Amino acid sequence: MSIKLEHINYVYSEGTAYEKHALKDVSLEIPHGEFVGIIGHTGSGKSTLIQHLNGLIKATSGALYYNGENIYGENYNLRELRNQVGLVFQYPEHQLFEVNVLQDVCFGPKNQGLSPEECEKRAREALQLVGLKEKYYDHSPFDLSGGQKRRAAIAGVLAMRPKVLVLDEPTAGLDPKGRDEILDQIAYLHEKADMTVILVSHSMEDIAKYVDRIIVMNKGSVMFNDVPKKVFAHYKELESVGLAAPQVTYIMHELKEKGMDVPTDATTIEEAADGIMKALKKERAAK
Amino acid sequence: MKMIKTDKLVFEYAKRDEEGNIIGKSRAIDEVSLDIEPGQFIAILGHNGSGKSTLAKHMNALLVPSDGTMWVDGMDTKEDEHLWDVRQSAGMVFQNPDNQIIGTVVEEDVGFGPENLGVPTEEIWQRVEDSLKAVGMIEYRHHSPNKLSGGQKQRVAIAGVMAMRPKCIVLDEPTAMLDPNGRKEVLRSVMELRKREHITVILITHYMEEVVDADHVFVMDHGHVVMQGTPREIFSQVDTLKHYRLDVPQVTILADELRKRGLDIPAGVLKKEELVEILCRLN
Repeated sequence: MSIKLEHINYVYSEGTAYEKHALKDVSLEIPHGEFVGIIGHTGSGKSTLIQHLNGLIKATSGALYYNGENIYGENYNLRELRNQVGLVFQYPEHQLFEVNVLQDVCFGPKNQGLSPEECEKRAREALQLVGLKEKYYDHSPFDLSGGQKRRAAIAGVLAMRPKVLVLDEPTAGLDPKGRDEILDQIAYLHEKADMTVILVSHSMEDIAKYVDRIIVMNKGSVMFNDVPKKVFAHYKELESVGLAAPQVTYIMHELKEKGMDVPTDATTIEEAADGIMKALKKERAAK
Repeated sequence: MKMIKTDKLVFEYAKRDEEGNIIGKSRAIDEVSLDIEPGQFIAILGHNGSGKSTLAKHMNALLVPSDGTMWVDGMDTKEDEHLWDVRQSAGMVFQNPDNQIIGTVVEEDVGFGPENLGVPTEEIWQRVEDSLKAVGMIEYRHHSPNKLSGGQKQRVAIAGVMAMRPKCIVLDEPTAMLDPNGRKEVLRSVMELRKREHITVILITHYMEEVVDADHVFVMDHGHVVMQGTPREIFSQVDTLKHYRLDVPQVTILADELRKRGLDIPAGVLKKEELVEILCRLN
């Protein structure tokens, strides 16, 4: 079970004055169960890339295999693919529309042709997964707070029971607590519901904290594709393409320059704190 | 005179049912009194729904108080005759770069504000040029705004406000929709303006890192100002901030973590240079 892209190219408005080569020869593989982060500055091709994953846009050339099957094959069932790969867009709460939260979350499974009872069962399950309390189920989705709306919208995708969950900046515009809650919830889903999670984010700190692997997009190509430590070691190159490393990585580099024996590949608070404590102890023992 | 002054400001809105009948009232702002001096860099923090945007919208009379008073540059915003002067004194920049640009060419967009104020044509062009230079967007003056990046659009929006020569600029989460580079661009422009024009800056944000240089920070919760002080005073209270659904910069968390593990580090470390210096001294 995996997603595999082979030499994917995508050109917008081909043959017109607005022609833009948005993806250039992208090849990568995402095995089942992985938590992957995608970073890249605005216009780097990350949103175009994720829209390929459930066949919303079709590559100009190249092939995309889902569980070994080419989704551009003649008899491929794209509808089924979209049931399996759930896409949560930026500001998904703008897509809420039903009279109450429960109905809204039922919309996806209803379109999958499930019985009303099954729809409601799945909707309730999904709402529970995102941690939205039952007392809100009969509220209008428009009366919820920003963070709650975002959860309801994510539940709408989860209710379709996807195997792969793709989220495009799920925390944009949320307060810090809301940010942590949504990300913790996603990490929980990844673990408990055995889902592949693909997270697009501008926050290097969040990416460093949660994902197994980072894909860095730049000008339509894959620039780096590795574990966070290795990717953030290229912090200077990341800066040159409008990205950055987590703050702690910079601190570690500065400490190293000043002669402290700390590991420069720390990307989270815990790693940094461990590294600093160890270096200080060693220094003291030497004295 | 204070740039902004509020006295027991209240903003109430009615909750309605599906038929539009009023079923109750809710206070988005509940008796807020605060003073902002001219030239200050003020940050307002607060979780989603804490009332900070509602407060911001009072600063240029997009909303007027239900009770209490808001003075902008000495003018009571409730008095109709001051409306245009208030809006000229305090300019607003909003979150979404796509919702506040109306011109088809960058320079026309920037000129829209002063044109509406009845500024003579010659001077409009002068202001457009000055403002675009101030935000580093002058080379894009003949471009179409829809081809710009989010950060560039926000800088054009800021230039549009600057062209009205306000005394105060209110930025309501101007970087929420931008990538790290766009965020840096916008903040750099704002700080540059502050230095050059001595303008009062009021920044509403969820990014704690953007706040460390502020003169004064207000924290809002449920329509009240619940904390205020310098960034150092505010960010040394990690647990209280967490209680209000906020956070502290990553450097501050790391410093805190190290202190918990027994290192002699003061509370409220805000910048990475500071922490590096302290650690080197300990080494």
